[in-house]
Amino acid sequence: MSHPNKKRLRRSMMFLNCQKPGLIKDPYIYKPDSIMLDLEDAVAENQKDAARYSLYHALQEIDYRGVERVVRINGLDTPHWKEDIRVCVAGGADTIRIAKTETAQDVHIVEEHVLAAEKEFGRPEGSTLLMAALESCKGVLNALEVCKSSDRLIGIALSGGDYTKDLQTVITGTGVELQGARQHMIIAARAAGVQCWDTVFTNLDAMDVFEEEVKMIKMMGFDGKSLVNPRQIDVVHKVFTPTQKEIIFAEKVVKEIDEKKALGIGVFTVDGKMIDIAFYDGAKRTIDLAKASGVYEGDL
Amino acid sequence: MEVKKAAMAGTLESSDAQVTVEPGNGTIELSIESSVIHQFGKQIKATILETLGRLDVTSAKVKVVDKGALDCTLKARVECAVYRSNDITENLPWGGVIK
Repeated sequence: MSHPNKKRLRRSMMFLNCQKPGLIKDPYIYKPDSIMLDLEDAVAENQKDAARYSLYHALQEIDYRGVERVVRINGLDTPHWKEDIRVCVAGGADTIRIAKTETAQDVHIVEEHVLAAEKEFGRPEGSTLLMAALESCKGVLNALEVCKSSDRLIGIALSGGDYTKDLQTVITGTGVELQGARQHMIIAARAAGVQCWDTVFTNLDAMDVFEEEVKMIKMMGFDGKSLVNPRQIDVVHKVFTPTQKEIIFAEKVVKEIDEKKALGIGVFTVDGKMIDIAFYDGAKRTIDLAKASGVYEGDL
Repeated sequence: MEVKKAAMAGTLESSDAQVTVEPGNGTIELSIESSVIHQFGKQIKATILETLGRLDVTSAKVKVVDKGALDCTLKARVECAVYRSNDITENLPWGGVIK
């Protein structure tokens, strides 16, 4: 199975508390790529039921205007996750974010219940996508098996708060404590052909530090970042959208490689830089990202 | 569905509504407080009664304090209060009487 939305653009994934009607009624105005409607940590333990009714009606009645609707469900170690899955599928959520994923088996368990819910509520089988949040050392170390666990799985997300607790350290603001997890997860995700998202950045008074972090994780290869505030969306989109200079160079690379290949030439220069076939996929990716971001006006 | 005991759902925050249900005397006794009662009072009342009707609640005292909630929020709060009055939190009829 290959779901048409499995690899859609997901630079910005903004958390919203399902307990708060004021937050979930119109977040599409900020134009994130995805919203993550939260049934887990943001919702008080005695309001888990209330959040589900709000979620159901929001999914059914609010037009989120093309923004992907991800729902973060409660962990498998809680009494809540089974009903969470039922309401997500009944409401027609696009994707379910599995909290505290540690093994492929965790994904399989969720997948089994999602399939049962799709049958119960008459949704097309396989229509609900999954993503896995890795929040522990064990989860991070098992990243590859999680990434390969299901055709429904779109990717993995680092959850830095719980992960650093498990690592017996804290979020320092330097990123040093997250280096290993970030590097390991992006390699695992790419090896399995799925996407990968960085953890949240919670200090809203340090937008300059936030922007540096976004630039860094883009350079590392991440597809995007989990966000906690609408103010962070534009920063992420700016960093992840190719510049006109990058787009023009990528176009030249793709066109030149196609032309030179026909002439039997393997290596040549574009704007003074040595280019060969190894640059082709990267240049195509830049064009694809420019198209997905709505800034491409070329003909490739 | 019977309202078995007093139960409440929702808050007094903006865009929310606080709904309280109590066992009734054979009819629906509905009271609504809303800052937009003159503009949307009829619609709020209709949504509440329609939701109670779907849940087959025919006897209850229902108090709604509306803070500018959308219809979908009003429905969610009424449903939550009624199911809480029955201590039901699982295997809910999503897409059935909850819709």
